[in-house]
Amino acid sequence: MMRPTRKHGSRRSRASLEDKLFKYSVMGIAALVLALLWSLVVKLVFDAQTSIETFGIDFLTSTIWDPNRDLYTALPFIFGTLMTSAVAIVIGVPISIGIAIYLSELAPAWIREPLSFLIELLAAVPSVIYGLWAIYTLRPVLTGSVEPFLMDALGWTPFFEGAAFGIDKLASGIILAVMIIPTVASVSKESMMAVPDSQREAALSLGATKYESTRMAVLSYARSGIFGATILGLGRAVGETMAVTMTIGNANIISWSLLDPGQTMASVIANNWGEADGLMLSSLIEIGVVLFIVALLINVCARLMVGRVMKAVPMTGGGL
Amino acid sequence: MRSYRSRRKWKNRIASLLALVCVLVALVPLVSILMEVVSRGAPAIDWAFLTERTKSSGAPDSGIGNAILGSLLLVMWASLIGLPFGILTGVYVSEYGDNWFGRTVRFFNDILANFPSVVIGLFAYSLIVTVIGFSLISGAFALAIIMIPIVANTTEDALRMVPNSLREASLALGVPRWRTVLKVIISNGRSGLVTGALLAIARVAGETAPLILTSFGNNFWETGLTEPVAALPLVIFRNAMSPYADLQEQAWGAALVLITMVLSLNVVVRLLTRKRMKLYKAVKKTWKERLSLNV
Amino acid sequence: MEGKIVTERLNAFFGEVHAVKNINMSIPANAITAIIGPSGCGKSTLIRCLNRMHEVVRGARAAGKVYLDGEDIYDPETDPVEVRRKVGMVFQKPNPFPTMSIYDNVVAGQRLNGEKDWKKLDETVERSLKLAALWDEVKDHLDASGVSISGGQQQRLCIARALAVEPEVLLLDEPCSALDPIATAKIEDLLFDLKDKYTIAIVTHNMQQAARIADFTAFMYMGELIEFGETKKLFENPVEELTEKYITGRFG
Repeated sequence: MMRPTRKHGSRRSRASLEDKLFKYSVMGIAALVLALLWSLVVKLVFDAQTSIETFGIDFLTSTIWDPNRDLYTALPFIFGTLMTSAVAIVIGVPISIGIAIYLSELAPAWIREPLSFLIELLAAVPSVIYGLWAIYTLRPVLTGSVEPFLMDALGWTPFFEGAAFGIDKLASGIILAVMIIPTVASVSKESMMAVPDSQREAALSLGATKYESTRMAVLSYARSGIFGATILGLGRAVGETMAVTMTIGNANIISWSLLDPGQTMASVIANNWGEADGLMLSSLIEIGVVLFIVALLINVCARLMVGRVMKAVPMTGGGL
Repeated sequence: MRSYRSRRKWKNRIASLLALVCVLVALVPLVSILMEVVSRGAPAIDWAFLTERTKSSGAPDSGIGNAILGSLLLVMWASLIGLPFGILTGVYVSEYGDNWFGRTVRFFNDILANFPSVVIGLFAYSLIVTVIGFSLISGAFALAIIMIPIVANTTEDALRMVPNSLREASLALGVPRWRTVLKVIISNGRSGLVTGALLAIARVAGETAPLILTSFGNNFWETGLTEPVAALPLVIFRNAMSPYADLQEQAWGAALVLITMVLSLNVVVRLLTRKRMKLYKAVKKTWKERLSLNV
Repeated sequence: MEGKIVTERLNAFFGEVHAVKNINMSIPANAITAIIGPSGCGKSTLIRCLNRMHEVVRGARAAGKVYLDGEDIYDPETDPVEVRRKVGMVFQKPNPFPTMSIYDNVVAGQRLNGEKDWKKLDETVERSLKLAALWDEVKDHLDASGVSISGGQQQRLCIARALAVEPEVLLLDEPCSALDPIATAKIEDLLFDLKDKYTIAIVTHNMQQAARIADFTAFMYMGELIEFGETKKLFENPVEELTEKYITGRFG
C-alpha cells in the first residue's frame, strides 16, 4: 500500500499531530482487543485456581464427577467432546467435500451463488434452534429407524451397544455434522476455486474425465486447504454448546457406545450453571480453560494452514 | 480396453451424482428446520404471545414479550460496545496494519472469530457476574466480544475494496490522513460497515450459551442494566425440554420469531453484499489486468 | 491437401465474443504447423478447438467441424475425453502437478488408462523423458516434485507427460513464452526431432520461431485465417498484404 503521508505530514505539523493522534488511538483500540483476549486467559486461570490446586493433574486423568463428594474431573467431558466431534467429522467432512466439489467444479454458473447461500444459511440457524429441531424432529427418526438399523448392522462393535433412545452422543454428533458443514464446505470450496485452471487443463488434456481431473488436479492441489477446513470444522464442533447440551443426554460418564448419553466440555458448563458454586464452579471454569486451550490450538492450526481463506468461513449469524 | 473406458465414464457419472447428493443431503436439515419451526411455531403466535410476559405453565396470556424486549436490549447494548471497537480495530488493521502488530491483531481477530462462545460467556461471568450478579450488562458484554472480530473483519474488507487512487487523490489535496480515512469509510466503505454490523447482530441475536452464564433469564419486564434479563434463545432452551405442551409450544413460537429475525438479517446482508461483490470483482479484475500488463 | 486435422467452417465464441471466424484449414501429418498472428487474434482459441479444450472455459463454445483422420471430433457421439487422449496439449505456462513427483507426472495419463504394470510405467517414463530430452537431467531424481526443476525443464516435463499417453497429434500453445532463450532452443530442437512421429501444431507470437521450425505457417488476424501455406513461401512471398505487413513488422 502506498504511504505518501509521512513526508506530507511533516510539513504540516498540526495535521501530522492529528494524524498521529488518530493513528495511535485506533492502534490503542486494536491493542485493547488483544489485551481483552489476554485478560480472558488470565482471569479464567485465576478463577480456576481453587480447582487446579485441589485436583492437580488428576483433573485431566481421573474419571469421577461427583458433586456429593465434591470431586470433579474433566476426563469424561474431554472424552465426550472427542467422541461427538469425531462423529461430526466422519459424517460432516465427506458431505462437505462433496458439496465443495459440486459448487466449485460441477454446478452450472447460475446456480452456484444461490446454492452457496443456502448452504451458508445452515450457519445462520441459531444453535438453540438446531437443538430444538433435534429433540422433536431428528429424535423420532433416530429412534425409529437409524439407531435400530445401526444396532443390527454394527451392534457387535463397542460403538453401537445399548438402546435406541435418540438422546445420545450419536444425536449430538449428527447435529454437529450438520453445523460444521457450512464452514468446511465453504472453506474447501474456496481452496478448490483457488486451484489454477492450468492444473485442470493439464489433467483434461491428458484425457482425464471430469472426476479424474478433479481428483488429480483439484483435490490434490487443494488438499492442505481442505485439511485446514476440516480442522476449522473440528474447532467449531469442539466449542459448540447449545445443540449438544440439548441432545447429548447429560450423563457424566465415559462410554464408548454412541447410543449412550454423555457430556462434552461445553455442555457440562451450560448444564450445571446456576446451580454450581464453590469448588464445582471453579472446576467448571477449569473445564472452560481446557476447552479454551483446545480451541486455541485447533484454531491456530487452522489459521496457519488456510491463512486468509478463513474469511470464507460463513460469518452469517447463528450463535453457538 | 473398451470396458475400462466405460468404467471410467460410469465412475465419472456416479461421482458427479454423489456430489449433487451431498448438496441435497445438506439442504434437508435446513428445509426441515424451516418447515418445522413455521408449522409448529405459527399456531403459538398471536398478539398476546408477542406482548405478554412469560408466566408459568397453565397461566393464561403467557407470552414472550419480555424475551423479545430482552433480546433487543442485549443486542442494542452489545452493539453500542462492540461496533465501535470492531470498526476501529478494522480501520487500524486496514489502514495502519502493515506491520507485525497489525498482523498480530489480525491473527488473533481471526482466532477470536471462531472461538467457542461458551468460553467468552465464562469470561464475562468471571469479570462481571461475580461482581454485580447475573445481569443485562454482563450478557451484552459477552455478546460484544463476539461481535468485535466479525465487525473488524468486514470493516477491513470494506476498506480494502476502496481503491488506493481514492486515498491518494484525497491526500494529494492536502487532506490529513485521518480525515482521508474517515472520508473513505463514510463515502465508500459505508455499505460494508452496515453489512458487518448486521452480520454481527444476526450472529449474537441467536447466541445462547453466553447468556445462560451471564444474563440468565427472567420472567418479568426487566430493563435494568444490572438485573437478569430474559432473551429469546433462553426461552427456547428452557422450554424445549419442558414436559408441558404449552411451554413447548412457547419454545417453537419463540424459535419462529428468532429465526425470522436472524434469517431476514442474513438475506438483507446478502442483498447488500451482492452489490459489493460486483465492485470487489471489478477491483480484482483491474488488478489482474495491471499484473498481466507488467508481464 | 489431405491433412491429419481438417477444420471446416470452425467458429469459436467466448460468450458474445466471436473469437474464431469460419476457419477452414488442414494440418498435415508428420510436420510442424505454426500459427502466428498478433495477440488476441484467436490463435490460441483455434488450437484449443482442435482437442476440444476450448469448451472447458466457462461460457465458451465452438461450432463447425474438426476432422481428425476423417472423423468429426465435434460429433455429439464423440467423447471429448477420447479426443484429448489422441490429441495432446502443452500450455503457455508449464503446469506440472505440484503434488506429484516427476515420475508420477509423466505417467499420470497412463495411470488414467488403468496401467498398473510397474515395468511398463518405468519404460514409459524413460521413453517419454528421452523423447522430451529431459532424461539425462532428471533420471537421478525422478522422485523429486514436478515443480522442483527449472521452468524450461518443467515445460519439457509437460511435453513428456503429453507424449506418455502416445498421442497422434501434439498441440503447443506458445510453449516457450515463459522460457529463456536457451530453454527455448532446447524445445525447438526437440520439436524438430518429434515431427517424424507426430503431427505438431504450435501457436507462437514469435515469427522467428515459426520461420525456424515450422514446415507450414498460418497467419491469423482478428479471428480470421488470412493466409496459410508453406513457411518459406509465406515468409518470403506472401500473397496477402496483411501478412506481408505483419511479417515485415509494419503493423499498426
